[in-house]
Amino acid sequence: MRALFTLVFFSATVVLAQQTQAPAAVEGQLAQAAASDPASEARLLLLAEELRCLVCQNETLAASHADLAIDLKNQIREQIKAGKSDREIIDYLVARYGDFVLYRPPLKASTIALWGGPFALLLFGLAFMVRQLKARQRSLQSATPPSEKEIARAQQLLNGGEPRA
Amino acid sequence: MARYLAPLGIFAVLVAFFFIGLKRDPREVPSPLIDKPAPAFHLPQLHATDQQLGNADMRGKVWLLNVWASWCVTCLQEHPLFVDFAREKIVPIIGLNYKDQREAALDWLSKRGNPYDISIVDADGRVGIDYGVYGVPETFVIDKQGTIRYKHIGAVTPEALRDTILPLIRKLQS
Repeated sequence: MRALFTLVFFSATVVLAQQTQAPAAVEGQLAQAAASDPASEARLLLLAEELRCLVCQNETLAASHADLAIDLKNQIREQIKAGKSDREIIDYLVARYGDFVLYRPPLKASTIALWGGPFALLLFGLAFMVRQLKARQRSLQSATPPSEKEIARAQQLLNGGEPRA
Repeated sequence: MARYLAPLGIFAVLVAFFFIGLKRDPREVPSPLIDKPAPAFHLPQLHATDQQLGNADMRGKVWLLNVWASWCVTCLQEHPLFVDFAREKIVPIIGLNYKDQREAALDWLSKRGNPYDISIVDADGRVGIDYGVYGVPETFVIDKQGTIRYKHIGAVTPEALRDTILPLIRKLQS
């Protein structure tokens, strides 16, 4: 029984070790690339942080391990080696995948609502608040002061007297 | 009165936003390549590896470029449709065999039928990137001047073929 347990335990460890090996190999390649040219690898990482992976959509190109993300990172790596500027590399990707690849969409006619929307809502809220405050002020000012009779009654109530029916 | 109408108005605006927004498929990214010249390629053919095909060879014809792979599960969905469509010989269909193994690709076609006039091999996916491919299958309609006129992302459905792609082909051919 004990031997069986040990066997199961060890085979499980081996399987686990094999599973962790695959990503480690990828990381290893990245590490190698980084070691051979740390400056351009840092640039790649900065660029890839700004770009969206099209397959997983809510992940940056830097974080994604999708096949396409790896291909695109290799493309960027090549272009960095070829001496392209960041602008040129980003334009290259936008020409193929559209503004969607950018985590920071540019300001243009189709994105006006996206950029302006929050400010429009803020202005609307401010205008609404000012209007409400003014209305309140007006209603306070226009209220007629209490008559003497009312003051006397209030006094009586405050003094603990029974209200007259 | 305005006091009661205001919340109703806000509600109506929200409903309108949700009605449009929830019907959209977030996986369908609008392609910037529509109405742009199809990116140039010059790739070996899948069946006759010693021969090549370039986009310039397709000049003067309206044609379909269908991105496929033997590992692609969704491709199986649209495949019978393309096999049927190819029999009608309305347009040449060029297959872009995307990041695939040659043996597996040939096997896939011989088992399931080959709708492609020619398949070309994009082994490293570079032409795929030029065409903004991010999910296989994808289908492009390219006109006689070599301009991309339409892109379909994902499996082509019979409805999409009948209502969108076919009318567009007929318009471009005339």
